[in-house]
Amino acid sequence: MTIAAPTPTGTAVFADDRIPPRGVVASTIRFVRRQPVGSIGIVLVALFGFAGLFADFLAPYNPTANDFTAMTEAPSWAHWLGTDQLGRDILSRILFGARTAFVVGLTSALVGGFSGLVLGVGSAYFGGRIDLVLQRLLDILMSFPLIIMALAVVSIFGTGVHNVIAAITIPLIPRCARVVRSSALAIREVPYVDAARALGFSHSRIILAHMVPNVVAPFLIMLTSFVGQAILAEASLSYLGLGVQEPVAAWGLMLQGGAEEYASTAPWIAVFPGLAIMLTVFGINLFGDALRDVLDPKLRER
Amino acid sequence: MHRYLVSRVLLVFPTLLGAAALVFILMRLIPGDICLVRLGSGGTSFSAAALAACHAEIGIDRPWWLQFLDFIWGLARFDFGTSMWSGKPVIQEIASRFPVSLEVAVMATLIAIAIAIPLGTISALKQNTWIDLAVRTFSIAGIATPSFWLGIMSILLVLDLTQAISGHPWMPSIDYVPLWKDPIRNLSIVMLPAITVGYRYAAVSMRMTRSAMLEVLREDYIRTARAKGLLEKIVINRHALKNALLPVVTVIGIEFAFLIGGLVVTEQVFNLNGIGRLMVLSVQNQDYTLTQALVMLVVTIAIVSNMLVDLFYAWLDPRIRLA
Repeated sequence: MTIAAPTPTGTAVFADDRIPPRGVVASTIRFVRRQPVGSIGIVLVALFGFAGLFADFLAPYNPTANDFTAMTEAPSWAHWLGTDQLGRDILSRILFGARTAFVVGLTSALVGGFSGLVLGVGSAYFGGRIDLVLQRLLDILMSFPLIIMALAVVSIFGTGVHNVIAAITIPLIPRCARVVRSSALAIREVPYVDAARALGFSHSRIILAHMVPNVVAPFLIMLTSFVGQAILAEASLSYLGLGVQEPVAAWGLMLQGGAEEYASTAPWIAVFPGLAIMLTVFGINLFGDALRDVLDPKLRER
Repeated sequence: MHRYLVSRVLLVFPTLLGAAALVFILMRLIPGDICLVRLGSGGTSFSAAALAACHAEIGIDRPWWLQFLDFIWGLARFDFGTSMWSGKPVIQEIASRFPVSLEVAVMATLIAIAIAIPLGTISALKQNTWIDLAVRTFSIAGIATPSFWLGIMSILLVLDLTQAISGHPWMPSIDYVPLWKDPIRNLSIVMLPAITVGYRYAAVSMRMTRSAMLEVLREDYIRTARAKGLLEKIVINRHALKNALLPVVTVIGIEFAFLIGGLVVTEQVFNLNGIGRLMVLSVQNQDYTLTQALVMLVVTIAIVSNMLVDLFYAWLDPRIRLA
């Protein structure tokens, strides 16, 4: 077979198809136009991420300072979102709560995700008995609902931010490994992996350089959904009193105790932290959907 | 089919055994000595002999493998021991609280199916219209909303509405009565929690219905069905939906197991005396026998419902059982 030199028309067609280099502004506009819903998601995530990052500068009050002269005050110019039953400013606590949520969410998702990635790709690559044993172990871990597993871990290690991260990370690992493995299994049989093996490349080189890049798309999509799940799990555990402990500001914790008690007389105590959780996870999920559309061309037309 | 059925059912046992081993290990990892807590709670000093006697009484002086075999033997006979906190048999503690949890779970499933399948189908049929956008937003919001917050908000709404209508706020009582004894009172207790849990459940299933429908609607047999002039209703209901429901059933089955986990939080909000609330209590009280039994119960429900989904799938799709 001979390869024809590119004809003038051929290059012309190719040049037309090529994506012209664009500036940041132009490509942003392009993304917003193609993924309007995903852009809303990014804005929401960025907003809460910014709030968490710069809570020290943004918060009008100390989030842990009690003010017994201003308890359960309705939203006003002094306290935009009102105060809780101890006179703490709700806006300040929501800003600092964003920090807790993102620290727990991102750490759990990243650690759980990458451990799952290694296990999943490794399991698919080595196959045979290792795969069989690993899959059965993951089956067992998967049969524990996330919140139940987290409860068990918390009862062993105790409460507090670090233990909550561990409690949420552990159940995420098998879920990630399962999805990554099924994507990696398909790639294991592809000729270039055979070729790499025939060339005598090391296991780690084949896994990292040839297999991992091919599972990146489903992995990233899952990672974003993990961040949302982890934030929800942290809120649930904190709400149950088994997660982050007072006086650390956390959204789930803000909904515990006082929020229900004062719900009818001071609804702002219960409404705003919940809205913060919902909007953040909503934003993450919108972003995840847009990411899936971009990374998975098969879904683009749907 | 028989071979697949037998091997799939048999697979449940090693998984259950593994889960039991994991629960056993987790419970042994919990720091602290139960006997020290028991004996020391009064603030009085106690002798080493009393400690040894306590260890012998609950059997933790024996070698670990004997303890494990005893635990497994107990599970096989549905004997979970006695609660360390209330002193009552664990099985009795669970049995009195299981009905309300099960009813909420079943009702939430029904609500989820009733919402998810029609909305998911409409969303797929009207792809990329405002209807589709609205349904998708509704479903993503369902996944993003913490169920306990939705619970608090719905209680607030009921209180405010009843206040506005009748002049004084009303809340359903929290004493559970079985459905057959007092259906209205039973439903008034179970309805709100079921809707709260069911919303998230519906959201997950709705997304699955939509994407499965979109895939099926592009199949050749749908084009053929339309080309031979079948009514659109028949094409959608008989040809498309029937095939699209396969993955939806899987999601519903798998989510059912996780629903029980979700109840842990929801029951807390609604003050429902079910197994979820019992589990939080048992963890807080460090009641190991009760926690152990409850975790095993939830895990068993998860493993068995996964198996049922697999079997149902195999029954529907001959490619699986013959592979």
